[in-house]
Amino acid sequence: MKILVAVKRVIDYNVQIRVKEDGTGVVTDNVKMSTNPPDDNAIEEAVKIKESGKASEVVAVTVGEEKAQETVRKALAVGADRGIHVKSDVMLEPLAVSKILQKIVEKEKPDLVFMGKQAIDDDCNQTGQMLSALLNWPQATFASKIEVKENKLEVTREIDEGLETIEINTPAIVTCDLRLNEPRYASLPNIMKAKKKPIEEIIASDLGVDTTPRLEQIKVEEPPKRKAGIKVASVAELVQKLKNEAKVI
Amino acid sequence: MAVLLIAEHNNKELRPFTLNAATAASQIDTEVHAVIIGHNSGDAAKKLSELPLIKKVLNAEAPHYENFTAENFAPVIIKLAENYSHIICSANTFGKNLMPRIAAHLDTSQVSDIIKVISADTFLRPIYAGNAFATIKSNDTKKCVTIRPTSFDPCESTGGSAPIENVEGSEEFSNTKFIKREEIKSDRPELGTARIVVSGGRGMQSGDNFKLITEVADKLGAAIGASRAAVDAGYISNDHQVGQTGKVVVPDLYIAIGISGAIQHLAGMKESKVIVAINKDGEAPIFSVADYGLEADLFEALPQFMEELNKLNTIQK
Repeated sequence: MKILVAVKRVIDYNVQIRVKEDGTGVVTDNVKMSTNPPDDNAIEEAVKIKESGKASEVVAVTVGEEKAQETVRKALAVGADRGIHVKSDVMLEPLAVSKILQKIVEKEKPDLVFMGKQAIDDDCNQTGQMLSALLNWPQATFASKIEVKENKLEVTREIDEGLETIEINTPAIVTCDLRLNEPRYASLPNIMKAKKKPIEEIIASDLGVDTTPRLEQIKVEEPPKRKAGIKVASVAELVQKLKNEAKVI
Repeated sequence: MAVLLIAEHNNKELRPFTLNAATAASQIDTEVHAVIIGHNSGDAAKKLSELPLIKKVLNAEAPHYENFTAENFAPVIIKLAENYSHIICSANTFGKNLMPRIAAHLDTSQVSDIIKVISADTFLRPIYAGNAFATIKSNDTKKCVTIRPTSFDPCESTGGSAPIENVEGSEEFSNTKFIKREEIKSDRPELGTARIVVSGGRGMQSGDNFKLITEVADKLGAAIGASRAAVDAGYISNDHQVGQTGKVVVPDLYIAIGISGAIQHLAGMKESKVIVAINKDGEAPIFSVADYGLEADLFEALPQFMEELNKLNTIQK
């Protein structure tokens, strides 16, 4: 069984986001970047399945600018076998990314495609579902547990009401939740070894996919700020304020 | 052209956020039709027809629609799509799972999780966990939009009488099989719509200690929330998680107890009307969004809080 894992390079989750003054976006210069956190869970799960003997190969793919390759390199350092970097210097919408991934799937013929459930930059939560629509494959979104069976997976999904379990036949798409597993850190020897693992480079425009943007970002602005609150000295004062000032209890 | 709203329900009743999504849909165009897909879901379809904002209900019923599987739902909506300019649904786990599957089939770039309708093609949406707001204009002829339910008021739920039209279903998608759903039943208000939310974080130190939160929530008639750290640690189940990858809540009162306030948590609660933070670390980021901050050990403060609440003659519910 072969698993393809899609990873995205985003602003690190610990960075305090700053909006550009000209309203064109957020500041990315000299800002720490890393792999989208649930994509780390996706890689970890694929590597675990391979380690358990149920998968033969894990391929990491990213779509993005030159530096996006770092995320593939990181995936290789934690156990992916080889990488694919689809190069694109322009911002791509999830629809365009899923069309590119469809081409990669047609070429690689994986049994499973894993990725994070949502990217923490645009917070779109679309790519996995779109890819499964384009391929007409089953989708298991927001996965917090995966059990590999013969030609199928049993997946526990985190939904608003609690948990849902579904069974999907392969080939299939799984989008991973943060609680799926605990991503490992790359050891120094493995980081060194990863440098020798192959990364195939593909130019996005060579794939013959229409990636024309459909959405225009008119402006990006700071959200309204909350006005500063006060510290209260005691529980009694807190309850009085809630009762008589805020009038919420 | 009219707007198509995808109703969310449990085969008996409408889920509450359908009312919020209807409001959003009506801000795009007054001609709102709603599609309901389910199994033995006639009662829910009837309730949908009573929403005064809805001009027509499209009803598809079949056994394979019982469990809301996106692979089964999407083809029904895609077949209806040609008559509509917009397809609208809530950006909760139901809509997040379903809408991109529709959008990709229609070759449309979805606009996710909008918090404001600026015009029929332009929307405001939070990005980077709500640390920036983006104004997005869609140039697709058909627009797929998911709405953040807490950013739109629920519409009236009675008084209307829209016609209900049965529509053709589609074949079952055989590669996805529903096994089970484990819903946590509770008499408390739903987290997404509660007037008061009491949330616990890593500072609670154990699942047992969450009973301190439960007591306060019971007293106030509140829903119980949690930070991701508390859910990851196993103190409480995932359906309580508030934040960027959990639920977004906008209650009148949000009480954060033992929650440090990572930006991912703030993304899910900072629009609340009044925020209270109780934390022993005076430097915790949660205090930067709190209207009332109490720097104290929660294990001392919570019993005192109960005592003070008990002294009050009346509590709003």
